[in-house]
Parts: sequence; structure tokens; C-alpha cells
Amino acid sequence: MNLLEIKNLHADVGGKEILQGLDLTVKAGEVHAIMGPNGSGKSTLSYVLAGKPGYEVTQGSVRYEGKDLLELAPDERAAKGIFLAFQYPLEIPGVATMTFLRTALNAQKKRRGEAELSTPEFLRLVREKAGGLGIDQDMLKRAVNVGFSGGEKKRNEILQMALLEPKLCVLDETDSGLDIDALKIVAEGVNKLRSKERAIIVITHYQRLLNHIVPDIVHVMAKGKIVRSGGPELAQELEACGYAALETEAA
Amino acid sequence: MPAVSETVERVRSIDVDQYKYGFVTDIESDKAPKGLDESTVRFISAKKNEPQWMLEWRLQAFHRWLTLREPQWARVNYGPIDYQDLYYYSAPKSTPGPKSLDEIDPEILKTYAKLGIPLREQEMLAGVERSNVAVDAVFDSVSVVTTFKEELKQAGVIFGSISDAIREHPELVRKYLGSVVPITDNFFATLNSAVFSDGSFVYIPKGVRCPMELSTYFRINEKNTGQFERTLIIADEGSYVSYLEGCTAPMRDENQLHAAVVELIALDDAEIKYSTIQNWYPGDAQGKGGIYNFVTKRGDCRGKNSKISWTQVETGSAITWKYPSCILRGDNSNGEFYSIAISNGHQQVDSGTKMIHLGKNTTSRVISKGIAAGVSNNTYRGLISSHRKATGARNFTNCDSLLIGDKCGAHTVPYIEAKNASTVFEHEATTSKISDEQLFYCLQRGLSGEEAVALIVNGFVKDVLQHLPMEFAVEAQKLIAISLEGSVG
Repeated sequence: MNLLEIKNLHADVGGKEILQGLDLTVKAGEVHAIMGPNGSGKSTLSYVLAGKPGYEVTQGSVRYEGKDLLELAPDERAAKGIFLAFQYPLEIPGVATMTFLRTALNAQKKRRGEAELSTPEFLRLVREKAGGLGIDQDMLKRAVNVGFSGGEKKRNEILQMALLEPKLCVLDETDSGLDIDALKIVAEGVNKLRSKERAIIVITHYQRLLNHIVPDIVHVMAKGKIVRSGGPELAQELEACGYAALETEAA
Repeated sequence: MPAVSETVERVRSIDVDQYKYGFVTDIESDKAPKGLDESTVRFISAKKNEPQWMLEWRLQAFHRWLTLREPQWARVNYGPIDYQDLYYYSAPKSTPGPKSLDEIDPEILKTYAKLGIPLREQEMLAGVERSNVAVDAVFDSVSVVTTFKEELKQAGVIFGSISDAIREHPELVRKYLGSVVPITDNFFATLNSAVFSDGSFVYIPKGVRCPMELSTYFRINEKNTGQFERTLIIADEGSYVSYLEGCTAPMRDENQLHAAVVELIALDDAEIKYSTIQNWYPGDAQGKGGIYNFVTKRGDCRGKNSKISWTQVETGSAITWKYPSCILRGDNSNGEFYSIAISNGHQQVDSGTKMIHLGKNTTSRVISKGIAAGVSNNTYRGLISSHRKATGARNFTNCDSLLIGDKCGAHTVPYIEAKNASTVFEHEATTSKISDEQLFYCLQRGLSGEEAVALIVNGFVKDVLQHLPMEFAVEAQKLIAISLEGSVG
């Protein structure tokens, strides 16, 4: 069964149509990359999937695990396993990262009718997941994303992803603002999460992230829809020729 | 009201002593008749077996009160209060001073149990960890029980109802009562001085560090009853005490008046930490009912190197009018004010502090966090002043406001007066809104809207929460979440 099935999706933001008939099918276990120039609607797609207010679907359908996704509230989607790694993670002053992680995990567990983790269980789990991402205890004590460097913010996103164990991960330009070392750490973190049960959609401008997270399928977006799909070699081709050629193709 | 006026007549016709006996046996007169005149004051004083000097003190206040007008300067709106349409004294039935927990009406104990207040020492002792909090419970107008009295006695600490203190320790009460908030102070404080019914009294002797947290729970229960409690805390030289008050009231359609006075006195090298968790009924969604909370709280750092610290979590009341203050009289004395004021629905809050620097090298610190949601209004009003002789006075003030939604208001009204050239006063203020982006980020992680707001707000108030005694910080956190229910879509 398809994990995610998007058909003829149209969406408006502030009265302007950004997605203009997008089709995409993702199966569990797959890693998809979505590439495209600025303004092609990549981030809009990620927000529509996560249910951000103000992103109005005007036409088409999105089915997740065979059910209508669009009728669910953002927090319900999260509890059902949809995770969005933000391009610009938000700051929450005064809330320790550890507290935030625990609140999120317990909120999801509660909603799914699972038992909450005890404090020692939770601490063990966080320590295990954080270690691999080079996140130390000190960083977990600091307020969520406050004063974090670009790299720290992105690693924090991946830590949340690792902890919440979603079924569908959408990474919105996770590589932006990362130096090459940080990029490697983040990519490794994502690669660890690749599994048969989980699908990952990597949204990026650049091919360089895809050297580290090798996708099964690459899509190119332009003007609100997917204009080409192919294997990892498509990314190489784009890197060489740029998006300009495709833009004319789409028009 | 023929029955009521009849009672009033009876009260008038008998003198204080006869009256005392007449009413103890008369169960029906557990309440004072409605309305306020000199006889009401005499009634209350008699009911409490007070000495003559106390009655005179009350009457002086009452006559002063008749000349005063209700203050209008606060940023709050409410209809006129009919002071003749209130009961000024209400005692739980059959409670002429209970001697032990067993003598207390089980209904009252049940009420406290529902509120989660551990009155029963045995329950506290049975717990895994021994609770280190002594509790004085005030039900409507009467202090019903004080726990751990014996243990405190061993340390020399006096903790109990102010009515008992007036009888048992008149020398202390006479010396200090009204010495921080004089009977002429303001409309509500003067009213309180005339009709206060009970409250807590604390005396910490020289050099004693109070061995446990002291706590008072106030509960308004009766309909149309004003609650006027009076708290007096004296920390003698070199002593320390941490005191906490909690307040609740049931849901009622009518507004209920609460006008308390708290006086703190810290002598040389003494320290008082006073924390409040105020959760009076705030009224319903339409703004009907709720408590009018007009409170005068003031601490006097009378001695050198003394310290008074106020921490308050204000989530209840339809109207809050409250400015816990410090008079920094002693040289090197220090005042602190940490406040979380949350308003939701139709609540109106006008709260803040006054730091009056009189002594040399006095310091003060004000951290105020106001959170407004619904259609509420939340005002911080603060005065920082230094006297001519207050060389080296320093203050740091930080006022942050957080808005939830777009129909509420946050206001900051700071007054700063420096009459000494060496004064250093700093003031910082910010106003922010919970952004939709922040909310969405939390929702995307699986938090519900209310969980998200509670988390963000708890982060916002963290600097203040950490000043609450451990036992109450968790309670305060939960309270914050509850009071913000319904504040998001």
C-alpha cells in the first residue's frame, strides 16, 4: 500500500495559487528527493502535508495510510507519524530542550493511547539518540533553539525525528546553513532512520546533500508541480545544467 | 429584611460582654447581619472576644473609612459595590474555636481535601516523604485549623490565627499591627482594619530559622460574603521564614469582595519570603461573577541587612488590584518582587509593586511576567522611588508581557522617582505575542493547542517560577495550564 498518495493537489497561500496540480506517490521504505528552484512550491508542499494554517487546499486529494489526510488537525497528523523538519526551527524561550522533547513524545503517546515513558526510560532514550548526533547534555538543558547555531538547530530537528520515530519524514531544506561537517552529521542521523517502515522526503536546492542521503527517487518541481522524476542521476544532471532548462519545459 | 434588622437591633441593644455569650450559643447568628455600620464592627470584635483596645482600633478605622472614597485610578472597570449588601462576618457553624481536627466539620475538611490541601498531619506523616509545610486554614472568616503547632512551638515560632494572637500575644500584635499598613492607608485597607475577621499571625524569634514552610489556605464559601483577612508576620533579628498563601473560592454568579491586608516586618538581618498562589474564582465565560480582589500587601525592611521577597502567581479573580510592596528602611536592606499574573476571559488585572528606598545602599529587584488571553486586560503598575537619604539605592526592573490572541490588552505603567543623585534604577520591558509559527511548531510535534500554549507560557514565566518553594512550583505550573484553557482556537 502507498504510504502517501497526492493527486492533483492545488493550494493557495494568501490568495495566491502556489501548488498547481501536484502528483506524488510515496511508499514506505522509500527516500524521495524533491528539488527545484526558489518559489517552485517545495516548502508549501511540506506545510500542506503538516497542515499549517493559512495553506489552503483548493483542489485534489492527499491520502496517508489510505485515509484522507487533509481533514486531520496538525497535531493529529503528528501523532499519526508525520514529521516535518523545519527549515527555520522556532525558538521557545525558557523551555529546556529536554522538557520540549519529553512533552512532545508524551503528547504523541497519549494520543495514540500508549503509556508514557518513565523519567529514567526517557533519559536513557534521549541520551542514546543524542549521542549519535553529537548533542551533549548541556545543549539539552538550553532553551529550545535559543542561541543555537544553524548546525545545532538542524541537529536538534533530527534528534526530535529520531525520538518521535515518525512514519513519514519531510525534511525541508535541512542542508541550508550547514557547513560540510555539520551536513555529514545530519545526513548520518537521517540515514540511521532509513527503514522499511519509514518514508523520507528530502527537500533541497542542492545536490550535495544527496551525496550523503542517497535517494531512491528524485523529483524536480517547477511552478507548483512535479515536472520530472527519475533516479539519483537526475540530481547530478540538475547540478550540471541548472533549473533554467526545466523552467522553460514546465511553461 | 425584617429578620436582619431585628438582629441588628439586638446587637445594638446589648453590650460587648453579654453579647459574646448570647451569640456563641446562638447557632443562627454565625453570620453577622448584612450591611456595615458601627454595630457590625462591634459584633465582629465581640464575636472574637477581643480586648477593648482592639475594638477601639477597629472603630477608629471604621470612622476613617466613612470619610474615604473608593480609589478609581486603577485600569479596571466594575459596577459600584454596595457595601451595605454584604455580610462582613461568617463563621462555619458550630465552630467556637476547634481544638483539634476531630472537632472540625467534616464538610470543611472535605472541601480542603478536594482542594488538595494536606491538613491532616497523619496523612502527611504517612507519606513517603515527610511534608515540611505547616498549614493554617481560613474558611470564610475563621481560621479553622493550624497544623504542626506543637513542633513550631518548640522552635519558638508562633503560627496561628490572628484572633488567637490578639488574645494570647497582645504585646506583639499591639506593637506591630498597623505599623506597616496604617488604618488610614487606603480605602480597602481601612475597611479591612475595621472588619477583618481572621487571618494568620507569625512571629519568628531572634536568630531562629523557621524549620518548615508556613502556609495559609483561604477559602471564601458563603454567598454575598466579603472576606477580609489580616496577616501579620514578624521576623525578629536574624530570623528567617518562608510563608505561602493559597486562595480559592467556589463558582458563584454574584461578585464577591475580598479585601485583605498583609503586613510583614523584618528586623535586623531577618529575611521573609512570602509566596502567593491566588486562584479565586475568576467569573464565567461571559464575565459574570468572580472575586473582586482588592488587597494591600506591604513589607517593611525595618532593620539593617533585612530582606523581604514577594513571589506571586495570580491566576484567579475577576478583578485584581494588588501591589505587594517593600519599604526599604534599614541600611543595606533588600526587596524583591517576582510576579506571574495571568488574565483570561473577562478578567482584569492591575498589579505590580512599590519599592521605596529609604535606607543607604538598599537594593531591589522586580521581575514581572504578565500574560493576557481572551478579552482580558493586564496592567503592570510599579513605583520605584529613592529618598534623599537613600545613598547608593539600586533597582533592577524587568517587565515582560505576553499576549495570546488579538482581543486582550497588556499595559505597563512604571513610575520612577529618584531624589538621590547616586541612585541607579534600571528598567526593562518587553511585549510579545505567542506567534502562530511557534504554535504550529509545537502542534507539528504532537502537542495540542492548549498544551502548546501552556508550554510556551511556562517557559515565559520560568524566571519567576523558580523562586517559588519547591512544593508549590509544580502546583503553580498546573494552575497556569488550567487558567489558560480555552485561550486558543
